[in-house]
Amino acid sequence: MKIHEYQAKELFRKNSVAVPDGSVAFTVEAAKAVADGLGAYPVVVKAQIHAGGRGLGGGVKVAKTAEEFDAYANSILGMNLVTKQTGPAGKRVKKLLVEQGLNIAKELYLSILPDRATAKMIIMASEAGGMDIETVAEKTPEKIIKVYVDPNVGIQGYHLRTAAFGLNMPKACMKPFTVLLKNLYHLAVNYDCSLVEINPLIITAEDDVIALDGKMDFDDNALYRHPDVQEYRDLDEEDPKEVEAGTHGLNYIHLGEGGNVGNMVNGAGLAMATMDCIKYAGGKPVNFLDVGGGASAEQIENGFRILQSDENVKAILINIFGGILRCDRLANGVVQAAEKVGLRVPVIIRMEGTNLAEGRKILAESGLDLINAKDLKDAAEKLQSAIQ
Amino acid sequence: MSILVNKETKLLVQGITGKEGQFHARACIAYGTRVVAGVTPGKGGQKMDDVPVFNTVADAVKIAGANASMIFVPPPFAADAIMEAADAEVPLIVCITEGIPVMDMMRVKNYLKDKPVRLIGPNCPGIITPGECKIGIMPAAIHQPGKIGVVSRSGTLTYEAVHALTTTGLGQTTCIGIGGDPVNGTNFIDCLERFQADDATEGIVMIGEIGGDAEEKAADYIKANVTKPVVGFIAGLTAPPGRRMGHAGAIISGSSGTGQSKVAAMKANGIHVCENLAYLSDVCAETFK
Repeated sequence: MKIHEYQAKELFRKNSVAVPDGSVAFTVEAAKAVADGLGAYPVVVKAQIHAGGRGLGGGVKVAKTAEEFDAYANSILGMNLVTKQTGPAGKRVKKLLVEQGLNIAKELYLSILPDRATAKMIIMASEAGGMDIETVAEKTPEKIIKVYVDPNVGIQGYHLRTAAFGLNMPKACMKPFTVLLKNLYHLAVNYDCSLVEINPLIITAEDDVIALDGKMDFDDNALYRHPDVQEYRDLDEEDPKEVEAGTHGLNYIHLGEGGNVGNMVNGAGLAMATMDCIKYAGGKPVNFLDVGGGASAEQIENGFRILQSDENVKAILINIFGGILRCDRLANGVVQAAEKVGLRVPVIIRMEGTNLAEGRKILAESGLDLINAKDLKDAAEKLQSAIQ
Repeated sequence: MSILVNKETKLLVQGITGKEGQFHARACIAYGTRVVAGVTPGKGGQKMDDVPVFNTVADAVKIAGANASMIFVPPPFAADAIMEAADAEVPLIVCITEGIPVMDMMRVKNYLKDKPVRLIGPNCPGIITPGECKIGIMPAAIHQPGKIGVVSRSGTLTYEAVHALTTTGLGQTTCIGIGGDPVNGTNFIDCLERFQADDATEGIVMIGEIGGDAEEKAADYIKANVTKPVVGFIAGLTAPPGRRMGHAGAIISGSSGTGQSKVAAMKANGIHVCENLAYLSDVCAETFK
């Protein structure tokens, strides 16, 4: 789960990771009050959306005067911000982070994340701050320092020193940097973060080390033990269909523009492989939908309804390998759903596995215009003719 | 022959009195697996059908002689259950549980490093040697004893591979689901090494998906160490970056973990890649003829 920059900075502040003075505002008036409270200019206005590249998209501005601040706050709040991560549709800006401007002497990059290959926490740091770290990794990998920490041992002094010396940290900044890194490590581990990233981390002209930006992503599987993080969830930033599917216990992902084939599958791997099959058949998947191993008829019905509600969907492919989820139960769910919500587009069903014969019988006797495929190859061919 | 499990395996089930644990323990018994014990803290002394239940894994090992464990404990307690089994030195631990926090699994993985145990999973269908021993949730009926080993990161895709091998008459020696989580106990290479050494295994099907670089490493390993034919499949060639596709491990981050790089690594290392699942049985029949 992603959160906003201002929320990440709240957690930073609570865990003694230095951030600029400032606060979030939901209206221009509130933003002005925050700016007034800061007492001096420059003041920075930052659009709060769950996507990177906000500065290039015009969502971050530095105001030198109160007049400039008014103009920026008015133009950014409510704007449709398009960045390379939002896609062409952009995101409506509903929140502003207002912060003091600082005297930046140097910009650095710092992040902490779990490394799947080594099962260790990895601290990544670079002197090439403020840039896209993917680009740095690609063009100048030698500029990235990696420090691995065994989570069962925890962070030690030498980890901190390795990072600090690797960043050519000035002597006066050693202490504030190592304190910040240590606190950030504990924050990342204690909160089950899949990523904590500060880009840029700055050294000021006064030798302070401050997180000018803050990005946090949390392990969804661990949210149950972080009720405070759950409070940070912002449904405005999520796809409404995904939110609805979630309430029915379905794992649904909307794949964005241009799709024309809906699909419903059991198992994440098979769902991905089915999306690939759709592509090979000349279609484009609208979604990823894993109904899981033990889906009920009600869940199948809800999944079916969500798929059909998408106007772009020209055909639906249901691909089930029956194990615990038996083919007859699936067939019953589909028939129920089709009877309730109707069939708007061709529906192709490929089933295999437990109780296949019973499942096929239910579909055949339903009197509904469901297209039964004998195997996946057959399903792909039937899909191809359905979308032509 | 087979790898890791056979008819001598004596299984204990952690979480045997829970709904899922009970259902699948019964299915394993029905298949012929020797289920010798169950563990549910606080229910020691009871029985699940004819299976004695113990309070601790150590008791189940000492008294019932279990040498493998199947775990059905809910996610918040699963790491604890794995470490308990490891502490009791159960040689083979199969964790079915889906949804364990990554941080928990990192601790488990580091804890297990110096223990004489092997963990399969978590978030996996389990392991089966057809006709001998089933440890997991896979539908038994699709399997057939035979000559091909299967190793896979995905549950239902393992079933697809098994189905393809059964319908083409090739059958399976052993099938292992290594799980869809970013941090798991057993990787592709661990399984490839055993399949290569197993006389009965004549070929291998390896099923990967987007995220991480386990498939790339396995492809390198195959080129250097595996002489048997390998069919490879990668799910998620059309998946967008930055979105977790169901499995916690199935996510393309930046430019790493893409399906394209995995397919390229497999092809470069002599693996017979099947790009479209609809043709998996054709590719298997062709490769293993």
